[in-house]
Order: sequence, then structure tokens, then C-alpha cells
Amino acid sequence: MSHVWRPLFVAAGVVVVILVLRVILVPNDFGIHERGYMYGWHRKGNEADWKNISVKYRTTEYCRQCHRDKYEDIRNSPHGSIMCENCHGPAMNHPQDPRSLEINRSRALCVRCHFKLPYSASRRGSIKGINPATHHPEVECVLCHYPHNPLRAPVKKEANQ
Amino acid sequence: MITRRNFCKKSLLLIGGMAVPLAALEIFNPGRLSAEKDDPAKVRWVFLVDTFKCVGCGFCVRACKLENEIPYDANVSRTWVERYVVTKDGQVHTDSPKAARDGFTSKSIDQASRGLLEIKDEDIDKAFFVPKLCNQCDNPPCVQVCPVGATYQTPDGVVLVDRTWCIGCGYCVMGCPYGVRFFHPVYKAAEKCNFCYHRISKGLKSACVEACPFGARRIGNIKDPEDPVTRIIMTERVAVLKEEYGTKPQVFYLGMSREVK
Repeated sequence: MSHVWRPLFVAAGVVVVILVLRVILVPNDFGIHERGYMYGWHRKGNEADWKNISVKYRTTEYCRQCHRDKYEDIRNSPHGSIMCENCHGPAMNHPQDPRSLEINRSRALCVRCHFKLPYSASRRGSIKGINPATHHPEVECVLCHYPHNPLRAPVKKEANQ
Repeated sequence: MITRRNFCKKSLLLIGGMAVPLAALEIFNPGRLSAEKDDPAKVRWVFLVDTFKCVGCGFCVRACKLENEIPYDANVSRTWVERYVVTKDGQVHTDSPKAARDGFTSKSIDQASRGLLEIKDEDIDKAFFVPKLCNQCDNPPCVQVCPVGATYQTPDGVVLVDRTWCIGCGYCVMGCPYGVRFFHPVYKAAEKCNFCYHRISKGLKSACVEACPFGARRIGNIKDPEDPVTRIIMTERVAVLKEEYGTKPQVFYLGMSREVK
């Protein structure tokens, strides 16, 4: 009868090896958690992994602590709802890392909102806009328009007075 | 031989027995009932999108890519903004160039391989922008199809992916009816929007919410009746995407139009 038992022993051995490997390879916190088997079968430690990712956008409140003057400058202007980091890049651990932030003066940044689109069903249609191909192409918008307060008189008009 | 009396008695018994619903025979588990009564989770994250307020500037997409380390120039994104242009002949044109990372700075519709479509201003019936992101469904189909338990739902309702456990089979990418999942080009694992889980668990708002200058994106806790987002969802006319799929999506849209899919 040994020719019958031998393959059975081999099969049983494979099962034992798989079970041992499973104990070694599968983390202890892997199992069924709060949302049950269908939605909560996972490694619990991964939730902490996601929570520990570093925050890059620190929000206007963080910038205000040092740059109070700039904050007051933009706060009551029509651009007051745009957070600093949209144009200056994520603060991360500024001023340590990075030591300085960018100042994005590109036309591409302004035309995100100010490229005129005739969409009346959207708020986009009521934003003052231009066609960048015809409106003083090749110069930076900030040459005439002060980005922290667009209501301030254009620089050219000031120069003429 | 069955008597008439016996026949009537037995058939009444049979009909009565059949009328008892299966639920009536369920044995109640007092522990489970009390757990459901005072739900342990105090937080359930939900999202509110206002399609009137969105102007398609794309600051949300840019902030999302930088905050969540999604390669900036790769053609993948956790969130994106769609433009819908309905012309007077009833046709619906949509596009989302580069996931709207750089906003919408052209009047022509990007039809990918079919080139650009120019639409005259006077032909436009209505046009608007719709931001899209993960719906963090209550019945997430992407989680059900994962064969290894690499994707799951947290007690506060956010669907996460375990990058070390994902085998890259792509079932979840196919399973999501909203198309929000993709492969991360660096980590080689399934990737999706998680409402910036690292931010909301620290008391901050999601990066896209902070980046939106128009208040078109808002995040809230539906279990807090005082939350302004909860109040709007409970009292205003909100809609969800693809309700008929039964996924119970938790991203609510104000001003949703019939054309939006």
C-alpha cells in the first residue's frame, strides 16, 4: 500500500509548507477589521502608513505667521480666496526646506481663470478675461497687473500720471 | 382519505407558513444590534462639489499631484476636471486635457486621436465644468474584486490601497465604474484618490479643497449634523454619479446636469 500513501504524504507536506510560509509571510495585523470581510480585509498597519505621509500644502494660515504684510495685502482683494501656495508652490518645510519658494509669473498661470470662455452656465463666464494671443502677448501679466491686488491701478496708468 | 376539514386546516397552515418572511426567522444578535445602534465610527468623510462655482482653473489637479506625489507629467491623476459643452444641435462635447492640470486655456475641445474640435461661441447652448474624484463608495466594487486584500475601507469610509500588498492585477481598475483608479508609475501599484487621508486625519482639509479659490470643492463629516457640508447635503438638491450602479457614492454634486456621466 506504500505506493498509495507516498503521494499522500507529499501532498500533506506541501500543505504544511504552505501553512508555515503563510505564518511567516502574512503580517500579524492582517485580518478582518471594522468594515467586515467584504470591505475590511486588510493589513491594519497600512492605515498608519497613509496617515504618516508628509503634508506639502501648509495653507495660507501657515504663510501668515511670517508674511503678515503679504497676507494683509491680498486678503481683501478679489484674489483673496486664492491660497498663497497656488502661485508660490507648496511650502513643505519652508523656510528650512525649501529655503525659498518660487514666484510663478507665467502667463499660463493667470489664464487658468482669465482666458475668456463664453460659458454662461458656469461662473467662468462672468470672470474678466482676455485672449492671450491678442492681449499684449510676450509680456508677463505682472508687468501691468499687481497679482496680490488686481484692483490697484495698472502700472502703466500710474507711470503716465 | 383526507377529510375536508383536514384539507382546509393544512392548506391554511401552508399558506400562513409561506407568508412568514425569512427575516422573521433570523436570530438576532444583541451584540451586533447594540453596535449598530451606537455606531462606533464618529466620522464618515463625504465630499461636496458645486458645478456652478467651478471655473476649470485646474488648481485642484495641480495641488493634488504635488501633494500626493503623482508624477507631474505622467498622464495619470487622482482627480480631474471635465468640461462639458452642449451645442444648440443637442450634441455633448467633453474633454479634460492633461486632466485639466493646467486649466482650460483653449476654446477648442480636445478629442484625443480625432484632433481638436472648434465650436463657435454662438453655437454653445450651455457649458460648464465638473470636477471628478474618488466617490469613496459605501459599497466599493473596487474593494470587492481585490483578490488579496490590498484595498479596503477604513472605519471613516475612505478606500485605501496597501502599496506593499497590491499585486498589480488591475481588477480594481476595471471594477471602478467611475474610472478613478490607475497604476502609479513609480510604485507600480493601484492608486486612487483617498481624500488626502494624511491631511484629513490631521485635521486639515484635502489639498484640492484648499487649492480651490471658488469653494467648488468641500469636504465634510456626514455623521456631524452641524457640519455645513452635511447641512447642504441634507437640505439642498444634490445628486450623485451613476446612482443606478448601487455603489452608494459619497461625493455629492450641486447643480448636476443631465449630460454628466
